[in-house]
Amino acid sequence: MKLKGIRLKWSYLVIVAAVAALAVVPLFANRYYLDIAIIIGIHTMVTVGLCLLMGYTGQISLGQAAFYGMGAYFSAILSKTYGVSPWAAMFIGAAVTGGFAYSIGIAVLRLRGNYLAMATLALGIIMNIVFTEAASFTGGQDGITGVPYLSVGGLVFDTDRGYYYLVWAFCLAALLVSRNIVSSRTGRALRAIRDSESAAESIGINVLQLKAKVFALSAVYASLAGSLLAHYWAAVGPKPFDFLFSIKVVVMAVVGGLASVWGAIFGTATVKILGDWLHEFGEYQVIAFGLMLMIVIVFMPRGLWVHLRSRVLQWQRRSTRRAES
Amino acid sequence: MLSQEIQYFITGLSIGSVYALVALGFTIIHTVTGIVNFAQGEFVMLGGMVAYFLFRFIGLPLWAAAPLSIAAVTVVGLLLQRIAIRSARQASIVSLIVITIGASILIRGLVGQFWVWGREAVRLPYFTGEQSLSFLGAAVHPQKLLVLGITIALMVLFHLLLSRTPLGKALRACAINKRAAGMVGVDARAMSLFSFGAAAALGAVGGILIASQAVTSYDSGVMLGLKGFLAACMGGLSSQMGAVLGGLGLGLLESFGAGHISSAWKEAFSLSVFLLFLIVRARRLPASEVEH
Repeated sequence: MKLKGIRLKWSYLVIVAAVAALAVVPLFANRYYLDIAIIIGIHTMVTVGLCLLMGYTGQISLGQAAFYGMGAYFSAILSKTYGVSPWAAMFIGAAVTGGFAYSIGIAVLRLRGNYLAMATLALGIIMNIVFTEAASFTGGQDGITGVPYLSVGGLVFDTDRGYYYLVWAFCLAALLVSRNIVSSRTGRALRAIRDSESAAESIGINVLQLKAKVFALSAVYASLAGSLLAHYWAAVGPKPFDFLFSIKVVVMAVVGGLASVWGAIFGTATVKILGDWLHEFGEYQVIAFGLMLMIVIVFMPRGLWVHLRSRVLQWQRRSTRRAES
Repeated sequence: MLSQEIQYFITGLSIGSVYALVALGFTIIHTVTGIVNFAQGEFVMLGGMVAYFLFRFIGLPLWAAAPLSIAAVTVVGLLLQRIAIRSARQASIVSLIVITIGASILIRGLVGQFWVWGREAVRLPYFTGEQSLSFLGAAVHPQKLLVLGITIALMVLFHLLLSRTPLGKALRACAINKRAAGMVGVDARAMSLFSFGAAAALGAVGGILIASQAVTSYDSGVMLGLKGFLAACMGGLSSQMGAVLGGLGLGLLESFGAGHISSAWKEAFSLSVFLLFLIVRARRLPASEVEH
């Protein structure tokens, strides 16, 4: 019991330390590192949504780029073309994307396993074609430029440092909401669905509706992340929301551990930093993603993050035992 | 007018034949192992690319490049099963999907990065020469008929293999119950290995055949895989005949539809049909039971 208490305190300490580290990063980082940190924050939101869906509920999605792109385009079109306030555009986008995902989810989540994977893959490709081809709304290949910046009162988020705090505030909020869902009654219901849908149904869980709700929540996270990206770059185009991004989200979730909320930051950071580093030598990213997916799933099915963490805990326990004897 | 329709019909059949070959690959792996191989479309891309490499870069004649390419892709399929699938014991369906997607991305990345032509699209010459036949006023290229013939021959071959030979019996036994098959002396791992090799070979045949009618590039695997999967679903993921009919049907639908819908929206349209089909048939699609 005592050991458990100590470990609990440790984990809180780690969280506090992580938040403190996040808070001071902009004081030391230059623009390049700040940009990486902002993108990691944005992508982590998409990743944690997929973790809830895949790791906790057992439902696969290979089309998260669709919702990420919808958020970005809603923000860009509403705020640039129709002059809606950027915050309103962001939340309208999230609400519409969530509603869209819920209604698609009710239809698509009847499918299981392989069929669901193929269906969401198709959905992602369809939405990317819409982004590219509905040029009168989306600007086609050129996209939309001159998207207004977000602002609070007189404070305009047009500097990287300010935007860094904004993005990570959103990201940590998303992580905390996810953590609370996972450790609540709903979280247990989700895991029940993952382990056996018929057992979950038999104890009174509305399986299809709950799956669709989680799907919608993951879409809302992705949509908010997309909006944050659009107001950060002040531009959108179809390229960041393609098939490969959907796969990249799966890589980030798998590396961090599918059933691990905090692992999402780790997985996203690993993939982003490694991807950028490989990019300097050529297009090796895709090769690395393929290898990572296979190696992590085969040798560390719970994810690199969870694997390393349990190794550390094991080592800790062994050394305490040695100290006691 | 009639000649136009005949042209659409023949083109539809020959494109559909390639979908049918992809679908056959899906059904063979799924029947034996319960796995849906998301890298199936990459086998097709790889088949076309390797044949083109041997033909253009090494300078081999087509009749030598084709079988060598099929052999090379078969080895890739065997390696995929031997290295990745076999290592992941007790894996859930989600894990197996992620593994085969990883393989598909890896193949695509390697071809995109290291191929002599990188991201250029390639096209093979026709096997049957550039001369086309005239049939009821329509210019019909003999290769299109050859493609259809090869597809039907392969379907019959695999159907006979599964239903008439001891090997086919062993393969079907694995599909019904892997442990029971093991008890009567069937090596389930060897059967799984065989199914991946056969699926890769079928994909490569499709890839070589399509590479002379349509351009192939490093990223063409995804759409081919999706369409092949749709064709396989029409036959319930287990029937060879269903897979081939599904593929031909899909090819005809696309060929006749191409004139009426703009080409950019064409893919979005056929994918929407795909989604609708899956949703409508949700309850009747067979569940995948994976055993190792």
